[in-house]
Parts: sequence; C-alpha cells; structure tokens
Amino acid sequence: MIHALRLLCAVFLALAVSAMNAPPLGAEDGRVPLPNLAKAAKGDACVEPAEVMRREHMDFLKIERDRTMYLGIRDGKYSLNGCIECHATPDPEDPEVRTVEFFCDECHNYAAVRTDCWSCHNPRLVEETPGNAARLPGHSDAGTLIGQLKDHLAKGAPTP
Amino acid sequence: MTKDRSSGDPSGIDRSRRHVLKAATAIAAVTLAPGWQLIAAAEAKAPGEPVTDKNRWGILVDTTKMDKATCDVAVDACNSEHGLTKSGHPGQDPQWIRRLDIRDPQTGAAHSLPMMCQHCQYPPCADVCPTGASFRRIDGIVLVDKHICIGCRYCMLACPYKARSFAYRDIEDPKPHSPRGRGTVQSCTMCVHRVDVGGIPACVEACNDVAPGSMIFGDLKDPESEIAKRVSEVVVKRVRADLGTDPGVLYLGV
Repeated sequence: MIHALRLLCAVFLALAVSAMNAPPLGAEDGRVPLPNLAKAAKGDACVEPAEVMRREHMDFLKIERDRTMYLGIRDGKYSLNGCIECHATPDPEDPEVRTVEFFCDECHNYAAVRTDCWSCHNPRLVEETPGNAARLPGHSDAGTLIGQLKDHLAKGAPTP
Repeated sequence: MTKDRSSGDPSGIDRSRRHVLKAATAIAAVTLAPGWQLIAAAEAKAPGEPVTDKNRWGILVDTTKMDKATCDVAVDACNSEHGLTKSGHPGQDPQWIRRLDIRDPQTGAAHSLPMMCQHCQYPPCADVCPTGASFRRIDGIVLVDKHICIGCRYCMLACPYKARSFAYRDIEDPKPHSPRGRGTVQSCTMCVHRVDVGGIPACVEACNDVAPGSMIFGDLKDPESEIAKRVSEVVVKRVRADLGTDPGVLYLGV
C-alpha cells in the first residue's frame, strides 16, 4: 500500500516537475503567469535548497526574527537582511536602487500572499555607513584577536 | 514578557542595594583616569550565543561632564544611528533621547542631561502591554517587539520617563539594523544591534569622543567592568527611584 502511495507521489512529482519545465504560460493563455525568479546577485547556492526555501522560508524567517529579538543571536543564516543582500534586484524606475521587493512579489503575487515586511524593514540594499557596523569589534579584526587571546589564555603561557 | 523578579523585595525596591550604596559613600572614592573606557567586547557574548542573565547592560551618565552641546551630540548620534528623521510635524517626530535642561530654583544651578529609556529591571511599559510586545530582555535591555505591537500606546502612558514615541507616519528608508514602522511604539534600544556583537551604543561612543567619561556603558553585573566599579564608588541617582523600577541608566551629579 505504502509502495503504491509512493509511486503515486512520484508520478505526481514528475508531472509537477515537467509542468514547471514547460514554457511559462502567459497571460494571453488566460492564466496567471508563473513566477519567474531572478538569479541571486551573489553566491552559488541559497542557504537551503530551493525546494526547501519555497516551502519553509517564512518559518525560517519567523524563527530567526524571534531568536534575534529575544535571544540576541545575530549571526543566523536565515536573516532577512541576508535575503536582501543576495536577492535585491535593480528597481526598473531607478536602476541605482536595488530592492528585494520584486523578487518576493514574483511568487507572492502568484500565490495571492500579502506580506507586511516592508512597512518596517527596508527592502533596499543599504551599504553600511562607516562608523556603523564597520567599527564594531564583532565585525572587525578585534573579534578575531580577542578569540586568539582567549585561546591563548585557555592554553596557558607557552613554556620556554 | 521576561520579567526577572527573583531579586529584590516584592515592593520592587532593592533595599540591600541602598545599604551598600550608603556604605559606599563612607569609602573615599578613587577617581579613575578620565576617558578610560572599557572595551566591552572582551567579556561580551559571541554574536551567535543567546543572551543570559549573567549580564545586565547599563549606562552611567556623568552629568558633571556634560553640557547642552554634549547632550545634543548624544541626540544627534542616536538620530543618525537609527535614522530618526524629521517628518515636518514636530509634535510627531520620534525622540529616543531628549535633552533635559534642569535648574535648581533656589541656587540657580543649571545643567543638562540626556533622558532616554531607562531600561528598568521592572519596566512599567512591559507590565501594561496587552500583547507582550513590550518586554525586558533577560540581559536588561527593554525593547518593543514591533511584530506584535498593536500601537495602543499604553506603554507610553505607563512610562514614568516619557521615553517612548509612536510612529504616526510611514518611515522613509529605515535603517536595516533598526526597523521601525507606522502604528508601532519605538524607543531607545540601547543600540542592541551593536551590543549583541560586542559594540557600545552610538550615544556613548559619540559623547566620549567629545567629552571623555561623560557616558559609561557596560555590564552592571560584571564587578570588573568600569561601570560596576564606578557605581560602587560613587552615589548614583536613579531617576524616580521611588517608583522602584530599578533603572539600568544611572546618573551622576543630578
């Protein structure tokens, strides 16, 4: 029975994949156009495989936000600013500006999902100004140095 | 949300600390070299570790070293760090730090001090928040979780320090590290995005550039930190100490 179910699932999956590989249906077919996502601006791979990201990115983001806000963990790989860094695309109205809104909207419009991220968060790629993150010890060589110092102290002074 | 009521008596006033403070006045204060500043990174957590109650972040404001200009430096540093811009409606602009000019009417002595969220141990804002959006993080920083803030502004009424602002309008170009949005309440975050990676708040950094020693940021629970040493030597003022909120922001010379 389970084998049969698996087979059925495989068939559906194969059908779904072949449907996705087919040329996107345009609005002229009377259908909503399929999402056509822009390639990430940098990096070879997302933090998770695309199938996982499609289904679970909202959970990743929500968990990450609570970890950041309540636990102060700021080096998680699912950060919203991390999304923006790779997936911001040039704004057609102002190519100088790169924003992640178009990347997000591509699927959200298709799936009729309205997100409320950008009423507080900035969807645009913002270069950190000097005097901000650049000067934080955690972001500079000072953090490495402190780590080395701690290692050194833990090991004890080298015997002459 | 996170309220640590394990220390202090139920009235919220830690009387034992007051005795300690009384005793401290009898000891001759050792003046630290002016401008000597603790690099908080040495004992701060790594960016990937959760915060713990082993820390309690605080700021000691030495008003004797501050004048109006220094206070304005703190305000400007905060505004630029968090992107607090003028909206053209002065009554609705956010104020995370504001300058208070105070004067003793009997003697005429006057000075200024920066007033911001006092990061209370027992924050009234968190007590009244109907959704749990106002909370005290376990390391002593009081924040608003704007994801669940409904903008009712009870916290603004409850705060004895008038430290909170409401976002009446859409925020143009918020800073990536300091998201704010219309319809939610905002206040000083003690630059939590910097503190979490071992940095110090923008106001402290800016004030110490112009008036060394005017603001000391550090861990009140770490006896080796500069702020803990300093508060063990001098009598500090907690604003509205009668309310028993036990602020993390302490003042000297008020």
